[in-house]
Amino acid sequence: MSESSRHPMTGNEMSYYAEGGIERHQYDVVVVGAGGAGLRAAIAAHEAGASTAIVCKSLLGKAHTVMAEGGIAAAMGNRWPEDNWEVHFRDTMRGGKMLNHWRMAQLHAQEAPERVMELEDWGALFDRTEDGLISQRDFGGHKYARLAHVGDRTGLEMIRTLQQRAVQIGIDVFMECTVTELLQSPGADGADVIAGVFGYWRETGRFVTIESPAVILATGGIGKSFKVTSNSWEYTGDGHALALRAGASLINMEFVQFHPTGMVWPPSVKGLLVTESVRGDGGVLKNSEGERFMFDYIPEFFKAETADTVEEADAWYEDKKNNRRPPELLPRDEVARAINSEIKAGRGSPHGGIYLDIASRRDADFIRKRLPSMYHQFKELADVDITQEPMEIGPTCHYVMGGIEVDPDTELSSVTGLYAVGECSGGMHGSNRLGGNSLSDLLVFGRRAGESAAAYVAGLAQRPAVSEESVRAGGWSALAPFQAEGGDNPYTIQQELQQAMNDLVGIIRTASELEDALVRIEELKERAKGMTVEGHRQYNPGWHLALDLRNMLLVSESIAKAALARQESRGGHTRDDFPKTSPEWGTRNLVVRLDEHGTGVTLQEQPLPEMPAELKKYFEGA
Amino acid sequence: MGYDLKMRVWRGDESGGELADYTVEVSEGEVVLDALHRLQATQTGDLAIRWNCKAGKCGSCSAEINGRPRLLCMTRLSDFEPTETITVTPMRTFPVIRDLVTDVSFNYRKARQLPGVQLGPRDADGKRRMAQIDVERGQEFRKCIECFLCQDVCHVVRDHEDNKEAFAGPRFFLRYAELDMHPLDTHDRRELAQGAAGLGLCNITKCCTEVCPEGIHITDNAIIPMKERVVDKKYDPLVWLGNKIGIRNKDANGRTEV
Repeated sequence: MSESSRHPMTGNEMSYYAEGGIERHQYDVVVVGAGGAGLRAAIAAHEAGASTAIVCKSLLGKAHTVMAEGGIAAAMGNRWPEDNWEVHFRDTMRGGKMLNHWRMAQLHAQEAPERVMELEDWGALFDRTEDGLISQRDFGGHKYARLAHVGDRTGLEMIRTLQQRAVQIGIDVFMECTVTELLQSPGADGADVIAGVFGYWRETGRFVTIESPAVILATGGIGKSFKVTSNSWEYTGDGHALALRAGASLINMEFVQFHPTGMVWPPSVKGLLVTESVRGDGGVLKNSEGERFMFDYIPEFFKAETADTVEEADAWYEDKKNNRRPPELLPRDEVARAINSEIKAGRGSPHGGIYLDIASRRDADFIRKRLPSMYHQFKELADVDITQEPMEIGPTCHYVMGGIEVDPDTELSSVTGLYAVGECSGGMHGSNRLGGNSLSDLLVFGRRAGESAAAYVAGLAQRPAVSEESVRAGGWSALAPFQAEGGDNPYTIQQELQQAMNDLVGIIRTASELEDALVRIEELKERAKGMTVEGHRQYNPGWHLALDLRNMLLVSESIAKAALARQESRGGHTRDDFPKTSPEWGTRNLVVRLDEHGTGVTLQEQPLPEMPAELKKYFEGA
Repeated sequence: MGYDLKMRVWRGDESGGELADYTVEVSEGEVVLDALHRLQATQTGDLAIRWNCKAGKCGSCSAEINGRPRLLCMTRLSDFEPTETITVTPMRTFPVIRDLVTDVSFNYRKARQLPGVQLGPRDADGKRRMAQIDVERGQEFRKCIECFLCQDVCHVVRDHEDNKEAFAGPRFFLRYAELDMHPLDTHDRRELAQGAAGLGLCNITKCCTEVCPEGIHITDNAIIPMKERVVDKKYDPLVWLGNKIGIRNKDANGRTEV
């Protein structure tokens, strides 16, 4: 084999001289993505006896999960004994405006507490209650204080714990390796099944094929298609696009969450997340007139459980039993829309945001203790001391509720052997995700996917074969950007796409703008065919972006098409021309699939799965 | 508010390279990573940079700025005079892959050599109990974002390639200390820390603490207490005698040596 084995960590040979010039490996289960979902899935698959590999675009431990701040929602009842899965289930469904897949919301609420306890078994050090139990904090849309947390760096604790667990049990990790194709072969019934993945090492630009009957996509979100986003460069919708191209369907793609509080200044950090915990711990939103404007934006749906006076809202922090929650802690879609309206009405801050004030409400020690990362982030990046002055914030693209359509119990997509978990899967959060429900989603469904993928492989009589043609095709396709000359620079196309999505498919949408967006996306798709990259294949970010852009364009088209079709406003989808929530649309999902040319997507309606009667009772009289 | 920034950026690969001169337009509030990204988008599409979150949370964009190990995303241009040339080079302790990207697999190898946490059974009600004050010691160390700047600056390995085999470095002393201070862990890793990880090679010059972007007191709170705990064990006459006659394999806290 080779003299250049370069990944001692994984024990994988990076042989440049293997047959056909393409390195090959074999595993039972390949997990694409090493955030919380991917790591939890890999641990479960490994523990179920499957030989398992993780393939990730970045170094291990750098995935977007590290950015999660607030906590993991789980009805453990450590602060409120009256909390249980039923209450969590109800909060989740109501937060998603009843468009969630009821079964996913149910499993999530039931299993989250044990998944959190497992993290503690594996070394996580959560903040404690006075009794020494895992502490739980308040967050928007959750009836009880329910988020297990570590200051405001819960995501870091979670990814480090899972990473250390994965290393401890000896799972192979292909770091800085990007999957560009899912390999398939005809199955017993004629339909294509998963046979492996094809990708390249960022470090060398060399190709690698991993044969594997089961692939779990855990690639995260799509935020990098928007200009103002809290997401990192990795969030280019790879899993969404890979699944589409393999024949799977995406659901709920019109629902994109704009987090109410992102930084707005300085420009270089515009969009960077400011955790919801600031509000959970007492921070309030004010406009340029100093008014706590959220009281003007309490929707009918949440009136019964939201304080309508400043006195009651403030009293809630001390006495939660006898007061209703402050309107600042409404679900994210409500707060983001309210902020957007205030800015549009001319009551914004100097840099085009509004004010988030905790300085005048809590003492400096409390703020530094509860929100250390936020204190650090504003101090270092904006010269703002959040213990002394208010923060300027505005909505930022944060999360996509939509994703790969999966079976709730097994996370299997419509393609045999292809599973999806975490942000790249859809259904769990309906039209809007509650804060804290993402980290628990990763754990609950990560474990389920790992176990079901391992079981599927264990039951196979024969493994699907990877054809040489499909491997060669993967190589040609990946190298195309080097062949073209005189075309656009990928950075230019990315910037134009981000601007178009931000301006035309953003927080408030209308038919004409969405139509315009689709025209522009088509133009960009054409130009992307002739993109040119300079340099060679070794660690070449221009080339990497050119490949990621294909995914971004396909996913952006899916979002714009679904957003145009849904003629109502609900959760993370607000239509200026259809401002009301419509009961008819409340029973329908929108599903996209790859079109017959393989270059775009088609859209279909399908009925929302109906909740069984024993769960419907939780919503009676609500 | 914008101005033209002069930059020198190391370009090259394992076979060698050199500093290249660039001028790039920058504006108010930007960080060094913004300037490099603009270079990438407008002049040098293939400039290799490792980065992810651009918020000081993931620890990917470690490099040396004017010779000092720092995160590219947390180094503000306003820390420099507009007329000053900013020089950016890859971390010196690790082999270069290309441009500013280095091969940090040393760290992942060391992580694999470290036995993970091993807790005893949960309490009868299925929960675990720890006091906030007891978890806080470990929590400080778990703030580590694995940027490996402490590893980069540590002179034990920075200028002594041959020490790498026997020395895990400050990042992993932090991890040993964290596990040693975990209220419920059942393993005693002090022999390993001293032996396999090379804790004794550290002569507490505190360079690691100085460059830590998370402000973790690596030397004072992790390395020095860890050194003391190793010494405690070595010179505890009861432990010594127990080991000698082979009747004792647990320490005073009931932990088993691994």
